[in-house]
Amino acid sequence: MSKVLVIAQHADGKLSAAVSKTVSAAVAIGGEVVVAVFAVDGAAVAAEAAKIAGVTKVLTVNNAANEHLLAAALAPQIVELAKGYSHVLFPGTTFGKDLAPRVAAKLDVQQVSDIMAVNSPTSFDRPIYAGNAITTVEAPASPLILGTVRLASFQAAAQGGSAAVESASVSATIPTHTRFVNLEAQKSDRPELQSANRVVSGGRALASSENFKIIYDLADKLRAGVGASRAAVDSGYVPNDMQVGQTGKIIAPELYIAIGISGAIQHLAGIKDARTIVAINKDAEAPIFEVADFGLVGDLFQVVPELTGKV
Amino acid sequence: MKALVSVKRAVDYNVRIQVKPDGSGVVTEGVKHSMNPFDEIAMEEAVRLKEKGKITEIIAITVGGAKNEETLRSALAFGADRAIHIKEEGEIQPLTAAKALAAAFKKEGAQVFFAGKQAIDDDANQTGQMVASLLDLPQATFASKVELDGNKATVTREVDAGLETLEVDLPAVITADLRLNEPRYLKLPDIMKAKKKPIDVQSFSSLGVTPGAGLKTTKTSAPPKRSKGIVVKTVDELVAALKGKGLL
Repeated sequence: MSKVLVIAQHADGKLSAAVSKTVSAAVAIGGEVVVAVFAVDGAAVAAEAAKIAGVTKVLTVNNAANEHLLAAALAPQIVELAKGYSHVLFPGTTFGKDLAPRVAAKLDVQQVSDIMAVNSPTSFDRPIYAGNAITTVEAPASPLILGTVRLASFQAAAQGGSAAVESASVSATIPTHTRFVNLEAQKSDRPELQSANRVVSGGRALASSENFKIIYDLADKLRAGVGASRAAVDSGYVPNDMQVGQTGKIIAPELYIAIGISGAIQHLAGIKDARTIVAINKDAEAPIFEVADFGLVGDLFQVVPELTGKV
Repeated sequence: MKALVSVKRAVDYNVRIQVKPDGSGVVTEGVKHSMNPFDEIAMEEAVRLKEKGKITEIIAITVGGAKNEETLRSALAFGADRAIHIKEEGEIQPLTAAKALAAAFKKEGAQVFFAGKQAIDDDANQTGQMVASLLDLPQATFASKVELDGNKATVTREVDAGLETLEVDLPAVITADLRLNEPRYLKLPDIMKAKKKPIDVQSFSSLGVTPGAGLKTTKTSAPPKRSKGIVVKTVDELVAALKGKGLL
């Protein structure tokens, strides 16, 4: 029977929404699902993880070296903790993508990146070429299977679990060659882009950072997260962590509204899994209309404020 | 200070990917290939650091078949001083490539290993981290700013929460994200000069690497297509349509 170890991501004492999606992939593999929380003091995060339905057990590994969740510090601890598990899963965030290969190489295991479907405990689907092709891969079961989970492909696991929380200790030598300096976080009261049910994005056609206000206004009215195309980010209208697309964030909201975004392949790769796509663009030939469920051809500076007033 | 820059030959980013009808893979024959764009950014960063006097020698390195020589020639045109070609045909998985790259890095005694954060063909995003892990070196992935200072590097990384800055001791592995720089256009005189620069041919066996079992691809398929929706004329129609689907 499978025994899956899920590595928890957290910040400021709160569990990341990515974890319950990773748990969904673990549940699809079957068997026991154990969530590991590496932290200075993981009690609060572990209590949240214990409530995710499908989780069998939560382990906390407390260590002062876990303050910033650096890959170099976590990898040797995970290598120790992974003994006896059939699978180790990481969320497909920058945290998981940075960390997983470091653990895989130490275990001499070829990693499965971006798991988008679980066909069996050893067979997985994953995207290649920015999602323009899907491969089915068979991974050797021994010594174990290690992968990252593509968040846009899995629904968050339900709440309502009551798993036991235990503390675990691992003996690992933690290197000091990597030091955290700082994190410039973009603070926002809006829903987080990757977990928002609704997302409104703006593109190059907004033409300035001031003009992005109409995007924020619509988003706030819809209680939506705000994204942007690569063109808008590169033009300096908005910060890089708002970028949606192949090289930015891959998202799967219920409703995605693309405003003044032409729909480069790069951008479309990031929104393929959105349930409903709305496109507002003055160019009727823009490729975004090929994938939009609802398209409106018009001047965004007139259409968007009108839409904000009517929703 | 020596830098090793890993470059991979991949299907050009402008090519529309076609899945073979028999599900055995994607069409790569007769299709334009070029250097993986993230590796170009890594290459450009190494060249800029050399221009600033922080790096003294740049060695481009690739793992792959005979055709990868053209990718190394591009790297030499960018400004690499010499190149290493780990010549192996057929599919090479990231862990195997990382083992060979790590062996070469160690042999060269280089201080910085540069690579793109991922290749745009398999999108694995693994090799740089694996090289760091195999050699127990620090890693700074998804770099958007790199400063080398004596025996350490300060690297700003593009993470989901914003921009994270790490300080790492050298030697270290650094992988390039999109906004680290804009690679230069190659000029003809540099392309001509690159033809005369030396390429040292190595192999897995010369580096003491044995490919492991790895993943077996059983099928490749095209992603499900999104069908084109409807075009509405007015904001009122749009609002009505969204309400009709229960989205507002």
